[in-house]
Amino acid sequence: MFRILEKKNLAAQVFYYLLEAPDIARKALPGQFVIIRLDETGERIPITVSDSDPARGTLTFYVQAVGKTSMEMSFMNKGDSILDIVGPLGNPSPIGSFGTVVLIGGGFGIAAIHPIARALTQAGNRTISILGAQTKDRVILEDEMKNASTAVQVVTDDGSYGAKGRVTDILQTMIDKKEGIDRVIAIGPLIMMKAVADLTRPYKIETLVSLNPIMIDGTGMCGACRVTVGGEMKFACVDGPEFDGHAVDFEGLLNRLKSYVTEEKTAKEQYVPENEGTCRLVTTS
Amino acid sequence: MQPKGSKIPRTKAPEQSPEERKKNFQEVSLGYTPAMAQLEASRCIQCKKPKCVIGCPVRVAIPDFIKQVAAGDFLEAARIIKNSNALPAVTGRVCPQEDQCEKHCVVGIKGEPLAIGKLERFVADYERMHRNLEPVEKAPSTGKKIAVIGAGPAGLAVAGDLAKLGHEVVIFEALHKPGGVLFYGIPEFRLPKEILEAELDYLKRLGIEIKVNYVIGKIKTLDELMQEDGFDAIFIGTGAGLPYFLGIPGENFNGVYSANEFLTRINLMHAWEFPAFDTPIHQHKTFAVIGGGNTALDAARTALRLPGTEKVMLLYRRSREELPARLEEVEHAESEGIEFHFLVSPAEINGSNGWVSEIVCQKMELGEPDASGRKHPHVVEGSKVSLAADAVIIALGSGVNPLIAKSSSDLETDTQGHIELADPDINLTSRPGVFAGGDIVTGAATVISAMGAGKKAAQGIHEYVMKVKNSEKV
Ligand SMILES: Cc1cc2nc3c(=O)[nH]c(=O)nc-3n(C[C@H](O)[C@H](O)[C@H](O)COP(=O)(O)OP(=O)(O)OC[C@H]3O[C@@H](n4cnc5c(N)ncnc54)[C@H](O)[C@@H]3O)c2cc1C
Ligand SMILES: Cc1cc2nc3c(=O)[nH]c(=O)nc-3n(C[C@H](O)[C@H](O)[C@H](O)COP(=O)(O)OP(=O)(O)OC[C@H]3O[C@@H](n4cnc5c(N)ncnc54)[C@H](O)[C@@H]3O)c2cc1C
Ligand code: SF4
Ligand code: SF4
Ligand code: FES
Repeated sequence: MFRILEKKNLAAQVFYYLLEAPDIARKALPGQFVIIRLDETGERIPITVSDSDPARGTLTFYVQAVGKTSMEMSFMNKGDSILDIVGPLGNPSPIGSFGTVVLIGGGFGIAAIHPIARALTQAGNRTISILGAQTKDRVILEDEMKNASTAVQVVTDDGSYGAKGRVTDILQTMIDKKEGIDRVIAIGPLIMMKAVADLTRPYKIETLVSLNPIMIDGTGMCGACRVTVGGEMKFACVDGPEFDGHAVDFEGLLNRLKSYVTEEKTAKEQYVPENEGTCRLVTTS
Repeated sequence: MQPKGSKIPRTKAPEQSPEERKKNFQEVSLGYTPAMAQLEASRCIQCKKPKCVIGCPVRVAIPDFIKQVAAGDFLEAARIIKNSNALPAVTGRVCPQEDQCEKHCVVGIKGEPLAIGKLERFVADYERMHRNLEPVEKAPSTGKKIAVIGAGPAGLAVAGDLAKLGHEVVIFEALHKPGGVLFYGIPEFRLPKEILEAELDYLKRLGIEIKVNYVIGKIKTLDELMQEDGFDAIFIGTGAGLPYFLGIPGENFNGVYSANEFLTRINLMHAWEFPAFDTPIHQHKTFAVIGGGNTALDAARTALRLPGTEKVMLLYRRSREELPARLEEVEHAESEGIEFHFLVSPAEINGSNGWVSEIVCQKMELGEPDASGRKHPHVVEGSKVSLAADAVIIALGSGVNPLIAKSSSDLETDTQGHIELADPDINLTSRPGVFAGGDIVTGAATVISAMGAGKKAAQGIHEYVMKVKNSEKV
């Protein structure tokens, strides 16, 4: 059992958790994830480790409530426990001295990019973070990202905060201004990561993306997380989750993420009525 | 005197009828009653040099236990089996007996061999039901700590033996449930989880600690286990769990599963009870299962039992005779209505709207026997068959998981990642104090061979840690 030490609602549908998991906290590195199972009837879902404190033995998660499991988790509170957490899984993000690195976080992807930004800044890189969100109240971790990066730019779809537009607009401007970008790391919705990779490809800027296929075991045993990269089959849980964005077959992954839409809907619909009244998320999708 | 041996027919164990069982997940074979077991045991002619024992990888004292069954002392029979086989309730159900013990039984020359597997299962089930809950016998503590990585049959066998010898044993398992393939792979209707749970309880009563959710190589390395956590020796029994795919076009369509994914969703995650359990499995009408081993048969028969399934085809590139699965499973599958397609090999998977719609196969013909001793299949040029299917399950066997070898540079492996043994007599690896056994060493094999390797390693580990202990005293 893994106890929740703190929980906060950060933005619409986005929650922050601090968990007690000393063994994992000692080992987790930026870019890695864990798989959690809330209770005996629960499914296994992957969640990025956004921060880990080996001294206190804690992990930080940011979870976006999108379906049954993440919603159920959004109703859990300080003092509650999660049955299973296994990790750290996947490969850590490569941290080195690359020069100028642009880090792009879309939506709750900002939570995943944060520890990488911090590690790259500490390693002496010039880090420019672009935070993208639909609207103002979906921009999370802005202060933390400012502390973790050399510079931060915010962009919203509706222009309610920061620049109006998309993360790729900002990136294009930077490329046009000949900022001398050595590497781009993008984490967020697949569509956004694809758009970033398409943009940087002609300029031959190395671009890493963090893939989020459906996973079960997270140890390379089931093959559910297979993705095509450079024409080869890779398992995101053991070979990734970060891959060369220019080589990823995004279309294939987008299709595979749709495998369980019907069942996910059933699970959510069954779940929501039981929690009517307490649930503020019912009307959001 | 009663007739013996081949003169009386082999005793059939009752089974759920095919019509009934193909709609449920309950065990197919119902097992012997005590009277049936005694009758079957009476057929054994108690050979002086029993051939059956040679066929058993762990050398169960078969005539001795059968003698006790005939005499009605089932608990004594259980004690005899357990001297060499820690999980008889499991092996009695899943050993490929027709290729092992029963293959060599002399009664089988003129008639049908003794039903050794069914007897073993009966004895184990009887013992489980009548097992008194007195504390289990074990040697006084040696003060030695042993880490076992992987809670499959190999790891469980090692752990049981070492705990009895008085060592402190901790098992580290990656998944949230112990048992390895016995839990996530072999379905309920062949091996009820209750039986596995009972065996695991027994291990816990021996004082063994099982830590689930521990992926060794990620959360801890071998070095850390030895240097920081003070383990005196390590056993690696991580199995061969890396699924192979076909490498043909269309494998990424939705509705294409590895057998591991499909079986894990059902067995480990209870997807057949969705939405009471959160993990879903999509409903399909027509399944094409590719392969001919136990895994393929398990996947096919599991698919048949899901609501909504109308047809399950099994596609195998050789003929019925070469099917590597246990004969009993093949017969069960046939009577349940699985459609077998022999001499076909998949060439392409087609789909529409992102989902599988058909599988295109080439016809095959058999040529000369190959290295495996089975006739080698060749493509019949220009031949194509298309089969409509909305789900494809790939059950082509599996390779080994490189996680541990990757995190420990001084562990020697072959080109396919199997751990190499420096001393096969005691299952010692190239690293001092680190032993290995089961599928991680041999590649995908059997439950009983994994347990046999575990027993050997336990002996090696015991000698190793006791020697170290004594030399420390000097
Ligand atoms: C390596 C990795 C790291 C992740 N890190 C985080 C994280 O830090 N925080 C977080 O909130 N989520 C993270 N995710 C995504 C998270 O695992 C899914 O959101 C979760 O499985 C949803 O479960 P659910 O039951 O709540 O929703 P479901 O009912 O399973 O799904 C609801 C909706 O989400 C979509 N969906 C399902 N699975 C995914 C997925 N893997 N990626 C994107 N969309 C999906 C479905 O298509 C559906 O539309 C990560 C995924 C991966 C693979
Ligand atoms: C579907 C199916 C049906 C089968 N049917 C039969 C049958 O009828 N009869 C028969 O004799 N054989 C059968 N087999 C084969 C048999 O199950 C295997 O040979 C046997 O289970 C191997 O045992 P093992 O202990 O080596 O490994 P496994 O049973 O594979 O167990 C290995 C365990 O190690 C864990 N692990 C892996 N990596 C790590 C890590 N890094 N850290 C911690 N834990 C880890 C895994 O999660 C797993 O629990 C079948 C196999 C399958 C897949
Ligand atoms: S362990 Fe398997 S091979 Fe040995 S006697 Fe029992 S059923 Fe036969
Ligand atoms: S070979 Fe057959 S008859 Fe002989 S001891 Fe073994 S089981 Fe009995
Ligand atoms: S999640 Fe099962 S192989 Fe990656």
